[in-house]
Amino acid sequence: MIYMLFFLVIMMLAAGVGIIFIKNVLNAVIVSSVISLGISIIFVFLAAPDVAITEATIGSALTTVIFIIAISKTKGKYSEKKE
Amino acid sequence: MRKLIGLILIFGFAFYMFTIVAAIVIPSDSSEKKSVGIDILQNSVRQTGAANAVTSIVVLYRGFDTLGEVTVLFLSALGIALLMKGGRSFKHKTEDESFILKTGSHLLFPFMFLFGIYIIAHGHLTPGGGFPGGVIIATGFFIVLMTSDVFKFRDYFLTIIEGFAGLSFIVLGIVGLFTPEKSFLVNFMNKGVFNTVFSAGIIPLIYAAIGIKVSSELSGAVGNLFVSKYGRRSENE
Repeated sequence: MIYMLFFLVIMMLAAGVGIIFIKNVLNAVIVSSVISLGISIIFVFLAAPDVAITEATIGSALTTVIFIIAISKTKGKYSEKKE
Repeated sequence: MRKLIGLILIFGFAFYMFTIVAAIVIPSDSSEKKSVGIDILQNSVRQTGAANAVTSIVVLYRGFDTLGEVTVLFLSALGIALLMKGGRSFKHKTEDESFILKTGSHLLFPFMFLFGIYIIAHGHLTPGGGFPGGVIIATGFFIVLMTSDVFKFRDYFLTIIEGFAGLSFIVLGIVGLFTPEKSFLVNFMNKGVFNTVFSAGIIPLIYAAIGIKVSSELSGAVGNLFVSKYGRRSENE
């Protein structure tokens, strides 16, 4: 279990570093949902399944949805241009 | 400079996460600090009749906080509706969504709706409840909205449902004032058989009201954002 937790933390950190250096905004938003997914799995290990479900639905789904709407509203079709 | 700030934030996050992992691996003995939690875990089944202790805290022990949360959500949805109102329908400028994506998303929507209703209805038995179930329904609504070529959106119906759900939450709380306990949000109904769907008194009713309210509110907010006359994506009537 400890290796699983360290793997999750390192995956989330890699996603966080990746968001900074990704140019395409849509890809960055999708990568940012990886962080919410990892933290919801950690909540399951912490014996808090209620919080895990809420985090998975709100952090991973609804936040991504709001960001996708904002991107599609501001820069045309999914902002294919780089920056 | 912005990347530097981001990296500093990530290092802070790394410190936080490794601290949490260390706390899981090395369990600390702090039984005195958890006295409230132990008390609730021992007495919640007898007092509320709900199998899920978290739900009995959210709905009954801290029910007034939940009412405040629902009010905050209502105000934010109201702000979105006021700012972004405008269009009533949209057509995609370029129709390059594939056939498989469109058909698959329309096929997926009923199952997501059903799963959201399941999460709401079993909030007092299994993890979940009104808030996550409502968000799941709103996400399914968004998937249909995103992959449709033409979509007409009217939020009158959603507004009526939402107001009815919020009103029923407050009415269920006020009925508690006329019971012998004389306080807001008292579990005045029969607790029923433990660990069945129709048990735990008013908890399933309140969670159903919260679920209907959250799902209609978030669906309306997402629809209003998507159909709004501001931005480039949509062509309005």
